[in-house]
Amino acid sequence: MNIQELLGIALGAILVNNFIFSQFLGICPFMGVSKSTDTATGMGLAVTFVMGLASAVCWPINRFILTSETLFPDGKNLAFMQTIVFILVIASLVQFIEMFLQKAMPSLYTALGVYLPLITTNCAVLGVVLQNTQSDYGFVSSLVYGVTGGLGFLLAIYLFAAVREKLEFAEVPKSFEGFPIALVTAGLLALCFGGFSGLSVFG
Amino acid sequence: MKNVLIALVVLTVLGAVFGMILAFAAKVFAVKKDPREEAIAGCLPGANCGGCGFPGCGGYAAAVVAGTAPVNACAAGGAAVAAKIAEIMGVAAGDSVKKIAAVRCTGCGVDFSKYNYEGVKDCLAASRLPGGGPLGCDYGCLGMGTCEKVCPFDAIHVKNGVAVVDEEKCKACGKCVDVCPRHIIALEPYKTRKHVAIPCSSQAKGAVVTKVCTNGCIGCSLCAKACPKEAITVENFLAKIDYDKCVGCGICATKCPRHLITVEEPAKPAVPVKPVEKAEPAPKAEVKVPETVEEVIETPAPTLLEATLTEPEVVQTAEAAATPVEGNPTSAQPQAVEEAPVPGSETEEAFKRLEEAVAAAGAVLKEEEKDEESADKE
Repeated sequence: MNIQELLGIALGAILVNNFIFSQFLGICPFMGVSKSTDTATGMGLAVTFVMGLASAVCWPINRFILTSETLFPDGKNLAFMQTIVFILVIASLVQFIEMFLQKAMPSLYTALGVYLPLITTNCAVLGVVLQNTQSDYGFVSSLVYGVTGGLGFLLAIYLFAAVREKLEFAEVPKSFEGFPIALVTAGLLALCFGGFSGLSVFG
Repeated sequence: MKNVLIALVVLTVLGAVFGMILAFAAKVFAVKKDPREEAIAGCLPGANCGGCGFPGCGGYAAAVVAGTAPVNACAAGGAAVAAKIAEIMGVAAGDSVKKIAAVRCTGCGVDFSKYNYEGVKDCLAASRLPGGGPLGCDYGCLGMGTCEKVCPFDAIHVKNGVAVVDEEKCKACGKCVDVCPRHIIALEPYKTRKHVAIPCSSQAKGAVVTKVCTNGCIGCSLCAKACPKEAITVENFLAKIDYDKCVGCGICATKCPRHLITVEEPAKPAVPVKPVEKAEPAPKAEVKVPETVEEVIETPAPTLLEATLTEPEVVQTAEAAATPVEGNPTSAQPQAVEEAPVPGSETEEAFKRLEEAVAAAGAVLKEEEKDEESADKE
């Protein structure tokens, strides 16, 4: 596990395989909380935080329980239960973090608190842990992929919110006002990020 | 079969473990919250308009419990919410006068533009241009709807190039007041019976105003001189009303040479202007007023009572004006009449007639309301 490989994972997660623009995961908060750059930044940071933590927590559960070789020496392991177990883990984790922040870091809680419950069912968070297991990442790689995947989300939602703020002043045809023009904008942004596809980092 | 059992056991154990961790965390990380805070947040409107000066309704609820905010600071909720919060906190609510945002520009309807504006449709952007925007008047409403966009209650709209407030929807949160680059929106106490307004912000000299507006205030002071309560003052060529003193008589509206001052009534008939010229229904009114006031007060509906409470004031002033002026120097009303510009008997009579006419109009209004009320009850 060298630095180059980790850097490759990081750049891949932020630019090439951006969770929103090339994998289309986590579209719900991306569309819903992108009216202003302030709220978008809050949401992006909360997602980054939870994705990193979920990656770190789910990796040992997957490695030492679901696909453990000592528990299941015949290879008939519980890999088929990954989705449901990860949902359970993420939901509990988010709940736990919310309680912890409220007590220990009230300022961070007021900044992220509104967005945390929204992330419980965010498919980008579930996506990142499932992809970690499918790519056979180690613990450090998983953590890096989780955090940088969240940073990619932050970048995407911030850019989109900045565009939408300007969009408020644009004179849009009546039938395109509101969400339709936002979806068109998101499509164009995704097209821009499509330019990164095929880019091989340190390859 | 064995696989299924293992799967079930693993999931159950994991669920139980996480459940226990959460239960433990709930105890360890429990934050003591005042139950009153939730109760207050429950009865607030929840629009998070920020009109109270706190970040959202939750912030205001926390501030009330902490004792740093008054119980009647919620402009959107008004007296009803203030009463509920006061009940929760166990203190007296005090008065919270309903206010509305008032746009101090009529938009006169004539195009005095300096140049054609082809830019972003936004007042802030336009106001940064040379000359402070394309509008001829340096103080008028630009009409590009920045206030419309910022209003959380859909209560202000640009109609014919000027912002108009929907008085029913307006909660006086003050967002439009803050955002207007020309500072022509202000919060005014809203009297349910009569609301006198001078919808102009121009501090330009009269000659300048007449060039760029058909009805803007020229600062002639006729209204200030005519006002029996001295509620109007003229500063920087602009008349302003002191709403603590204004009784809504509407004399100023008849004096204004620009026909700018408006006297608004919630009901249909346009009252103050017409009866002034005729002054015929006055004797009728004197007979009617006491009857109706008594009758109205007898009816138990509290809203009606509240509404009529302001009315006897007008009746009283009418009576006070009717009493001989010289013999009663202690009362405030005769003084005001004495200081009126021309203290001749003619003007006195004119005042008397005018106020009687206003009282008569009020009586007619009340009767209508009463009819509606009784109709509602039936």
